[in-house]
Amino acid sequence: MKLNLNPSQIKQCRNHAEKIASNIQTMIDQHTTVSVERAILRLLGIDGVNSLDVPLVNVITDHILEEAELSLGVAHYISYAIHETKLTPQKIAERIANNTLSLKPYKENPKSPYIENLNPYIDTALKQINTQKQHRQDALTSMPKKTTPDLYVIVATGNIYEDIEQAISAAHKGADIIAVIRTTGQSLLDFVPYGATTEGFGGTMATQENFKLMRKALDEFGKKHHRYIKLVNYASGLCMPEIAAIGALERLDMMLNDSLYGIIFRDINMKRTFIDQYFSRVISAYADIIINTGEDNYLTTSDAFEHAHTVLASQFINEQFALKAKMKPSLMGLGHAFEIDPELENSFLYELAQAELSREIFPEAPLKYMPPTKHLSGDIFKGFIQNALFNIVAVTSHQSIHLLGMLTEAIHTPFMSDRALAIDNATYIAKAFKDFSNEITYNDNGIIKTRAHQVLNEAENLLVTINEEGLFKTLEKGRFAGISRTPIQGKGLKGVFTKHPNYTNPVLNQMLKALKKEENHEN
Amino acid sequence: MKIRPYGDTLHDGKIQLSFTLPIPCSLHGEETAKALVKKMGIHDVHVVHATPLNDNYSFYILYGTTHHEIDPSTVSVTDVDTDTLTKSDIEDYIEQHFNRPLIFIGASTGTDAHTVGIDAIMNMKGYAGHYGLERYKGIKAINLGSQIDNETLLEEAVKHQADVILISQTVTQKDVHIQNLTAFIELLEAENKRDDFIVIIGGPRITHSLAKELGYDAGFGPKKYAFDVASFAVQALNIKLNKEV
Ligand code: B12
Repeated sequence: MKLNLNPSQIKQCRNHAEKIASNIQTMIDQHTTVSVERAILRLLGIDGVNSLDVPLVNVITDHILEEAELSLGVAHYISYAIHETKLTPQKIAERIANNTLSLKPYKENPKSPYIENLNPYIDTALKQINTQKQHRQDALTSMPKKTTPDLYVIVATGNIYEDIEQAISAAHKGADIIAVIRTTGQSLLDFVPYGATTEGFGGTMATQENFKLMRKALDEFGKKHHRYIKLVNYASGLCMPEIAAIGALERLDMMLNDSLYGIIFRDINMKRTFIDQYFSRVISAYADIIINTGEDNYLTTSDAFEHAHTVLASQFINEQFALKAKMKPSLMGLGHAFEIDPELENSFLYELAQAELSREIFPEAPLKYMPPTKHLSGDIFKGFIQNALFNIVAVTSHQSIHLLGMLTEAIHTPFMSDRALAIDNATYIAKAFKDFSNEITYNDNGIIKTRAHQVLNEAENLLVTINEEGLFKTLEKGRFAGISRTPIQGKGLKGVFTKHPNYTNPVLNQMLKALKKEENHEN
Repeated sequence: MKIRPYGDTLHDGKIQLSFTLPIPCSLHGEETAKALVKKMGIHDVHVVHATPLNDNYSFYILYGTTHHEIDPSTVSVTDVDTDTLTKSDIEDYIEQHFNRPLIFIGASTGTDAHTVGIDAIMNMKGYAGHYGLERYKGIKAINLGSQIDNETLLEEAVKHQADVILISQTVTQKDVHIQNLTAFIELLEAENKRDDFIVIIGGPRITHSLAKELGYDAGFGPKKYAFDVASFAVQALNIKLNKEV
C-alpha cells in the first residue's frame, strides 16, 4: 500500500455508492425490457431467424407486444404453450413465425402454474454454460500464471474471417486477450444479427456465429501453443442481456458491460440501460465472465486531469451494481485510462497516481487500463512514446488487463503491423520494468500521493452529491463526460415495461440461486 | 526548382517505408519487398528490418533513394479562398450584411457516434481555446448530436429554415464517410434543395478538395475551428443571399 489512503474514507465512498445503486435497483426490480425477455428466450434454446432474417426471439416478443401483454413476461406464455402443445420452445417459435400458433389466448390466463415446464430447457442452457466454465478453468489452471499484465488488443476489420487472421497473428506475437470490436450502429439495433458477417465499419457485427468462429480459431491456436487466449466482445447497447447470454453459451471470457456508457455515449434511455445491465451482469457472473466497465470513455469528452475523480466515482458505482448482480470482485474489470494531455508538466506522475489509486482501492478487481487515445495524433513516432509511458505505468502499478495503445490510433483501426509493434513495445517494457515497483516508494508530500488523495477527496464529494440528488439527476446534469441525459428521453424506452404481478423470470431466479449458494459457500 | 526528399545531403532523395506482406518472413520475403519498392521508383533499397507477424505474414522496414523529383511551383492547393476573420469581425460582418440571425444546423451523421468534432465547432465551449458558434452574436447554432440519418438532418434543416448545414464524419473505414456524404448530396438534389443551404463538411480525414469533389461548398479538417468555418459561411452566404461578389 504505497499511497497511505484512509480506509474509512474508502469505506464511506462504498457506502454512498451502495445507496446510489440501491435506489436504482428498486426501479430495476420492478421492470423488464424487450431485450431481457429475448435473452430468456435465447436461454430457452430458441435460435434462428424467419424468412425476413428477423431473429425468432424478436418474432416472439413482437408477437406478444402486438397480440398480448409483454409485462407478463415470456416465461408465462411459453410455459402455457409447452403445456398445451407439448412442443419445444424452438418449435413453438417456428410456429409463431409461420402464423400457425398464437400466444394471445394466454394473456387472460392466471399466473402460470407450468413455469416448471421450462426447467428442462433452462437446464440445458445452464449445463452448456457450466461446461464452458469448466473448460476455461481447466485451461487456465493448466497454464503457468503471468505476473505482468495480460496484453489485450482489438481487431476491427469488419470481416470475421479477416479478424481471425489478425487475431491469430496477434496471439503469435504474445497477445493474451483478443477483443472483436463491434461495427458502428450495432449498439442501436434492437436485435442481434444472425450468422457469420463480413461487412462492418470500424468493427465487426457481434453475432453468435461470429463468436463461435473466433472462439474456435483461438482454441485451436491455444491447443497448439499451450496457451489460453481470452476472447472479448460487447454486451452493450440495446441488446446487452442477449449478447451476455450468447457470450456465456459460446465461452467468451470478458464482456464490455458498463452501467452508464450506453446512456452517455449512445443516448440509450437510462431505465432501459440499468434494467438490461442488471440481467446481463447476472448472466456474466453466472458464466464467470469478466466484465469491462467504460470509465475511460469519459476522458475522451472531458479533460482527464480535471475530471479524474469522475472515473473513480463511477468505478465505485459500477462496483456496487456488479455486487447487486452477485458478481465476485475477481470478475469486475473496472476501467480507467491514461488520457492526460501530454503538454501538461508531470503528466506521467499524475497518470501513475491515478493508476495506483485504482489499484489500491480495488485490490481484487482485474482492472482494465486503457491507453492514450485522445492525445494521439498523426505523429506516429510520438504516439509510440506515449504508449511506452503508458506501458510503464501499467506494469508499475500492476494493472490486470492492459489494453495496448496503437501508434496509428488517430488514423485507422489497427493494421496487423500496428498491433505487432504495440505488443513488442509492451513486452519489452514488461520485461525491463518487471520488478521496478518493488524498488520504489512515493514521497509523503510528493506530487503522486498528494494527487491521489485529492482525487479520492473529490470522488467522495461527488458520490455524496450523487447520493443526495439521485443518479438520474446526476445524468441529467451531465456530471459524467459532460453529456446530459434525461429519464424520459433516449433510445429504447419503448421497450421498457413495469412487471405484471404475475411476472416471473425463471432464468434469473435459477442463476441467482446458484450464485447465492456459491457466495455462502465462500463466506 | 526541382527537389527531392532530404536525408542529410541536399537532393539525396532518401526515403523510408514500412509495410506488411502476406507471405512468410524469409530471404525471399525480403527480396520481394525490395522488388516492390523498386517498382515505386526507389533505388538502392535496403531492408533494415524484417520480422514475421505470424506464419504467413511478414513486416519490413526499408530505406531507399528516389530519383523522382518535383517542382513545388507546379503543385496547386485547393483551399477555402475566403478571408479568415476573427470572432468579433464575423459578428460585425453578420450585423452589417444580414438583418437577422444566421441559422447553422449540424450533426455527426449516419452511424457515426463521434461528437467531439462537431461539438468543437458548434458548442459554446469550442475547442483548443476557440469558442464555438453557439457563442457568436448573430448565429443560432443547432447541434443535433450524433447518429443522425441524412433524412432527419434535412428535415430538421428545413424545419428550422437553416442557412448552413454542418456535417461531421469521423469513421472512415472502407470509405463509409464517402458513401454517407454522397448520399446526402443526392438527397438534397432529389428534393431540389441543394441551393437552399450552404453545406459544409468536416472531420479528421476531410479536406476542402474532397468536399468540392463530393459537391459540398467547403470542407475542414484537423486544426480548424469555429472562426474558420464561420468566416467561410458568412462570406458565402453574403454572395448567395445578397448577390455580392
Ligand atoms: C474520442 C473517440 C471516441 C469516443 C467518442 C466520444 C464522443 N462523444 O465523440 C468514443 C470512445 C465513444 C469512441 C467510439 C468509437 N470510435 Co472512436 N475515437 C475517438 C478518438 C480517440 C478521438 C476523436 C476525437 O474526439 N478527436 C478530437 C476532435 C476535436 O477532432 P476531430 O473530430 O478531427 O474534429 C476537428 C476537425 O476534424 C474539425 N471537424 C470535425 N467535425 C467537423 C464538422 C464540421 C462541419 C467542420 C466544419 C469541422 C469539423 O474540427 C474539429 C476541431 O478542429 C479517435 C482517435 C484519435 N486520436 O483521433 C478515435 C477514432 C476516431 N474512433 C474510431 C472508431 C472506429 C470508433 C468506434 C466505431 C469503435 C467501435 N467499433 O465501437 C466507436 C464509435 C461507434 C460509432 N457508432 O461511431 C476510429 C475511426 C477509424 C476510422 N478511420 O474509421 C478512431 C480513429 C480510432 C482508431 N484508430 O480506431 N471514439
